[in-house]
Amino acid sequence: MNHAIYLLIMFGVTYIIRVLPLTAVRKKIKNRYISSFLAYIPYTVLGAMTFPAIFYSVENGTAAAAGAAAALAAAFFGRGLCTVAACASAAVYIVMLIAG
Amino acid sequence: MKKTLFIAGLTDGIPIAAGYFAVSFSFGIAAVAAGLAPLEALIISMTNLTSAGQFAAIGIISGGGSYIEMALSQLVINLRYSLMGLSLSQKLDSSFSRLHSLLLGHAVTDEIFAVAMSRPKKIRPLYFLGLTALPYIGWSAGTAAGAFLGALLPDALRSALSVSLYGMFIAIIVPAAKKERPILIVTAAAIAISCIIRYVPAFSFISSGFSIIICAVAASAIGACLFPADEDEQNGQGAEKQI
Repeated sequence: MNHAIYLLIMFGVTYIIRVLPLTAVRKKIKNRYISSFLAYIPYTVLGAMTFPAIFYSVENGTAAAAGAAAALAAAFFGRGLCTVAACASAAVYIVMLIAG
Repeated sequence: MKKTLFIAGLTDGIPIAAGYFAVSFSFGIAAVAAGLAPLEALIISMTNLTSAGQFAAIGIISGGGSYIEMALSQLVINLRYSLMGLSLSQKLDSSFSRLHSLLLGHAVTDEIFAVAMSRPKKIRPLYFLGLTALPYIGWSAGTAAGAFLGALLPDALRSALSVSLYGMFIAIIVPAAKKERPILIVTAAAIAISCIIRYVPAFSFISSGFSIIICAVAASAIGACLFPADEDEQNGQGAEKQI
């Protein structure tokens, strides 16, 4: 598989998705089922991308789990994007240092 | 007047740019770890400006997925931008021409969309250009730094940074799921399907890219049937913080 073609497809699809509605459509989506479907997409995509993949994102499984737990806890207590990401990283780092 | 508009946009973009640098740094590391050249990682960031889609893409590239899988995954993962584009189109100033949309529209991300929508005034092209400039630079520079310099970092630090992208995803899901039960249920359904596909041997033929598509479409469709949003709510949802 050619990497350049992958890159072209990524750019082409993403560009059209973003720019087409902004330039062509100036009306609101009326169908509540379609609009709800679209509204849920970010969360279902991110949920499916994160779990269970996060547990395999680091070679050390314990460290990965600690990172996931730290992120969930920080997010649950209302921390912002950067803080939650930093907590996940810190947890992974600490466990990996302990594990040597 | 024109200058201040541009500077107002720049100022609003600073916090977004800082966050993007950190996250795209880990994207650069992950892309190189998946077997891409550092320059390819940089090109991807400069031409896509989206975390979830790019992140899924490096999995597909390293797994040798088909071009159709790539196109479909980008379509599904980034489909939300169409929804944002629709809402944003209602808020554009009349000075925002079609040409402006063609040139600037590609910079619509979750954060940029959220900030633009929270601005009390109509969106003018110069403001939008200012708003997107620093986040774009931050996203590209962070990717380059991670891709070219990531290999110099010790193992523990590299692993720690590579998990930060997932941390950001969790930071987006959890507050929304806490606030709205339908989002909690729908996201849980997507995760459950994702785990089934991952762990049930009968589904092992499904690649990671298609798995995300299946989970997202199935769970969102269930959500749309069980909890269709009311007319007024539909613009706010999906516009939560996320790249």
